[in-house]
Amino acid sequence: MAELVIHPEQITPEGAKALVSLCPFGAIREKDGGIDIGQECKMCGLCVRKGPKGAVTLQEDAPEKTDLSDWKGVAVFCEQQEGEIHSVSRELLGKARELAAVTGEPVYALLMGSGVMTGAELLSRCGADKVFVYDAPELETFRIGPYTNAFSDFVRKVKPSCVLVGATNMGRSLAPRTAARFLTGVTADCTKLEMRPDGNLVQIRPAFGGNIMAQIVTTRTRPQFCTVRSKVFPLPKAGESAGEIKKMTLSPEELFSAVQVLEAAKKPKETDISEAEVIVACGRGFKKKDDLALAQSLADALGGQIACTRPIAEAGWLPQNRQIGLSGRTVAPKLIITLGISGSVQFAAGMKGSEFIVAVDENENAPIFDVAHYGIVGDLYQVVPELLRRIREGNYGV
Amino acid sequence: MELIVCVKQVPGTTQVEMDPVTGTLKRDGVSSKMNPYDLFALEAALTLRERCGGHITALTMGPPQAKSILLEAVSMGADSAVLLSDRKLGGADVLATAYALSQAVKGRKWDILFCGKQTTDGDTAQVGAETAEFLGVPHVSNVTAIEDIAEDHVDVRVDLDTHVMVQRLPLPCVLCMDRDVNTPRLPSWKRRRELTEEPIEVLSVADLPDPDPKRYGLNGSPTKVERIFQPEKAAQRQMIYGSAEETAAALTALLAEKKFLQEV
Repeated sequence: MAELVIHPEQITPEGAKALVSLCPFGAIREKDGGIDIGQECKMCGLCVRKGPKGAVTLQEDAPEKTDLSDWKGVAVFCEQQEGEIHSVSRELLGKARELAAVTGEPVYALLMGSGVMTGAELLSRCGADKVFVYDAPELETFRIGPYTNAFSDFVRKVKPSCVLVGATNMGRSLAPRTAARFLTGVTADCTKLEMRPDGNLVQIRPAFGGNIMAQIVTTRTRPQFCTVRSKVFPLPKAGESAGEIKKMTLSPEELFSAVQVLEAAKKPKETDISEAEVIVACGRGFKKKDDLALAQSLADALGGQIACTRPIAEAGWLPQNRQIGLSGRTVAPKLIITLGISGSVQFAAGMKGSEFIVAVDENENAPIFDVAHYGIVGDLYQVVPELLRRIREGNYGV
Repeated sequence: MELIVCVKQVPGTTQVEMDPVTGTLKRDGVSSKMNPYDLFALEAALTLRERCGGHITALTMGPPQAKSILLEAVSMGADSAVLLSDRKLGGADVLATAYALSQAVKGRKWDILFCGKQTTDGDTAQVGAETAEFLGVPHVSNVTAIEDIAEDHVDVRVDLDTHVMVQRLPLPCVLCMDRDVNTPRLPSWKRRRELTEEPIEVLSVADLPDPDPKRYGLNGSPTKVERIFQPEKAAQRQMIYGSAEETAAALTALLAEKKFLQEV
């Protein structure tokens, strides 16, 4: 148990005032010359660390000794649809290898579905030492009950220390549900993962729309669940050496679900900017819809796709599936050229992973230049036509 | 039909900054609002009530100030509201939050619990699924439409990235609504004015079926935030100034060097 204890004898009237202004949540109020802590308290502990010495202390019981030594290895939940393994799962297997190398523990892949043995074989060559497969007709389509039961069965029997899950719609539903069953933590949308030698996984994720990064650990419970979006980590190539494939079974009760799938259909294939290798992104620097043709020409010249910021999508100038950012797609092309984009953190969060970022904007102080590798301060209406002319003429003059 | 909608009070803006001295978030002013994603959940519940009748309860966990968003929910059409507020709930992560919400729901009569997709401050999109686990009922995330409703089941359309599915769930169940699936109505100021007494039931941890403080707030949270920091800026960047000709020439040369331009 952790509890904040106020020590009135340590608090001067000035100290009380200091504490009131220190609390970022407005939870500390002056009361009878001392202070009182209200329900706004988020237990951030700032009053303990930065307040007058001894005024507020954090009283903690000695941490319960939980033996975590049984939990070993880094597991990846591998998502499949109609037998096809999601690329994010392979990306995570690559990351899992790196993490597991720190502690010298094995990498596990977890696969569930119906008729998925081909996928299992692929996974065994993508970095997994062992692939655990739950193959049953009841697991053909994603239903939360049987999938959580299979996941939990795996966790109980294999006892992985960490479990990485792709932050897809399925992963974001399944990971927390399974984590809750084991009363353990799950950290969503991690952008950076690091293994400590003691086996604690350092998980870094954005909060407040990417304005703040939080570093999170799950030290008292296992497994340490986290989800990671697609394209955050590189896709490793499938190798030759194959890990072991182990078939797992569930009882009929565990496979049963009262949920029925009435319909399941593949979505029509859309142009997916998240797959593009070159992207030309348009922002509010464009004055009217017709001018986007300029960006389209540049994209064509570079063999890329055009994309946009939220305001452009909201104005209906480009469809929403071309919007980059936290409320749109996350992209990580080899090259992205942003035109007339000031670079809100929400936008930047959706493209920061790009290999080479070129920004063109009139405002020298635009935040986009903080994430860009190459910044051109200028008017896109002048720079882009000039750029197109040179590319068309093959005038690359170095 | 007994419907419960989870809502959360979030900062009015995500443009938060860090205090360089204390290393915590600056939360200047008291600007706060209802989590915009929750509006879609509330609208879904209101629409469903128009179809099959029933009663809507808005539920939140937060400080006493969170009453304002409950009143907003009631002004939009919710029938009643529950505020779960206690110092013991402070510092809760996903697990502790979901457990607290599930405890506030347990013991009530309910058919569908609605959640928004995620919040704008935490952005985790996980509380709905964990709450469902604690309640021992099925849940679906990314619900884009409620297709049909009957005494004992609900049919919902689900977005699974590459696939869409229609699932029939037995009641009770938890539905996490996707964003932009409806147009949330505005609060009725007439309704707001007519509210004579606050229709808000306030609960503390002691009122919950499981009042063990170890399950809530910081104590019930397996994850620990070690530090928060501002995102780093690009390490090496090159800025080019000059006329359109000069800058375009420099960029073309660079793109050619990096093999983005192939000789035709």
